[in-house]
Amino acid sequence: MCDQTFLAITFGPCDNCSQNKPLMNIYLKNEPINYCSLCVELMACQGLAKGETIHTLKAESETLKTKLEEERAKLHDVELHQVAEKIEALGQFVMKTRRTLKGHGNKVLCVDWCRDKRRIVSSSQDGKVIVWDAYTTNKEHAVTMPCTWVMACAYAPSGCAVACGGLDNKCSVYPLSLDKNENLAAKKKSVAMHTNYLSSCSFTNSDMQILTSSGDGTCALWDVESGQLLQSFHGHSADVLSLNLAPSETGNTFVSGGCDKKANVWDMRSGQNVQSFETHESDINSVKYYPSGDAFATGSDDATCRLYDLRADREVAIYSKESIIFGASSVDFSLSGRLLFAGYNDYTINVWDVLKGTRVAILFGHENRVSTVRVSPDGTAFCSGSWDNTFDLRNILYGFALYWHQGLYIGVLHHPVMSVP
Amino acid sequence: MARDMSDKEILKMELDQLKLEVNTPRTAVSTTAPEIIAFVEGKSAEDPLIKGVPEDKNPFKEKGGCIIT
Repeated sequence: MCDQTFLAITFGPCDNCSQNKPLMNIYLKNEPINYCSLCVELMACQGLAKGETIHTLKAESETLKTKLEEERAKLHDVELHQVAEKIEALGQFVMKTRRTLKGHGNKVLCVDWCRDKRRIVSSSQDGKVIVWDAYTTNKEHAVTMPCTWVMACAYAPSGCAVACGGLDNKCSVYPLSLDKNENLAAKKKSVAMHTNYLSSCSFTNSDMQILTSSGDGTCALWDVESGQLLQSFHGHSADVLSLNLAPSETGNTFVSGGCDKKANVWDMRSGQNVQSFETHESDINSVKYYPSGDAFATGSDDATCRLYDLRADREVAIYSKESIIFGASSVDFSLSGRLLFAGYNDYTINVWDVLKGTRVAILFGHENRVSTVRVSPDGTAFCSGSWDNTFDLRNILYGFALYWHQGLYIGVLHHPVMSVP
Repeated sequence: MARDMSDKEILKMELDQLKLEVNTPRTAVSTTAPEIIAFVEGKSAEDPLIKGVPEDKNPFKEKGGCIIT
């Protein structure tokens, strides 16, 4: 049995026509509006007259997309690998595994080098964040986060702090102290707050600002000291999985890639999306700027990596082979940009000649899916992190998305799927 | 946030973005490709992963044992 509620009718001047009439209390975009019934009818009709239905928007979108492709195609007069034909091919590629850093009890999700070229911070599924000395393989610091699936970690430019986050929807900064007995967790500072998991984070050129990307479809720039949101970047229509800052000489931009198959280039100051590329056929897992800052590479679940030229505003190379059918989870360039290292879900790392578009080597050695690949700042080595195949991270995330859209809100940390070890 | 937006709002956002992008200044690939190549060639000489690192300067080399005579 439900009680009958009576709508109280207010009487007064209409916001639109200013006549004294009975007003209808309606809300438009959470703002209360007091219009008389006649004005409400007129407003509804106007909306229809503008014809802004989903269909018309879609049609307009399609025509613009075609026009964009035509404009881009006009400048596509030559292929990168054609111009690169006269370059010498690379010699036999030999890489040795020099160190294996064991210590994570579970899947390694993210890795970052310190600018001193020797320290590495890594984060894993069980919530541990460890700082290693790569020369000696010693663990220098270890922190246990209060959440699992720490998908993002980053070293501060000064080397004095690390940032990490994941399913807790936050990015936290831990200052690293030289005192081994000090409890790092006590000094933790929560900087970023998103409404969904944190997929990637990166310090800008100083320790003072952090850029984050999240499963809620946005990227954001935060001030570390105050935790204040400085700028937010809207434009992706699905989870953002990866971001990368432009090399400092080329200015204040960054690129992000997400589950909407798009790679977007943003201006950090204005929050504007300046360029957008949608040629991948599946989620973009990783984006990385070319060392010169004029291009960037992406790795995607469609088993290809692609190179996009920012000045020509188009994709200029695809790195793929019929034999490669597993998604690329992570990409990074060598110091000169001649080599592209890509980690795949089939446990291998493929090394591509960026200019010629050919594969120069396959690196084996992981018994697990390769989750992250990072070249050291001086280019002398690269490290790769991986995880067991008992669990497909993608499936879990899709599971969350499904439940979200179906309206069943299940708190992220308590989701039944996550209890599987 | 993308998840909280209705389909119509997402489409509108994409449409505005496309309108901006159609007018972006672009350069021909025939200009930009050689520049990328020149950049790479210039830096390849110092790229340790391409030209290799001499064993004595390699910080990751396994340290040998000592022999006490």
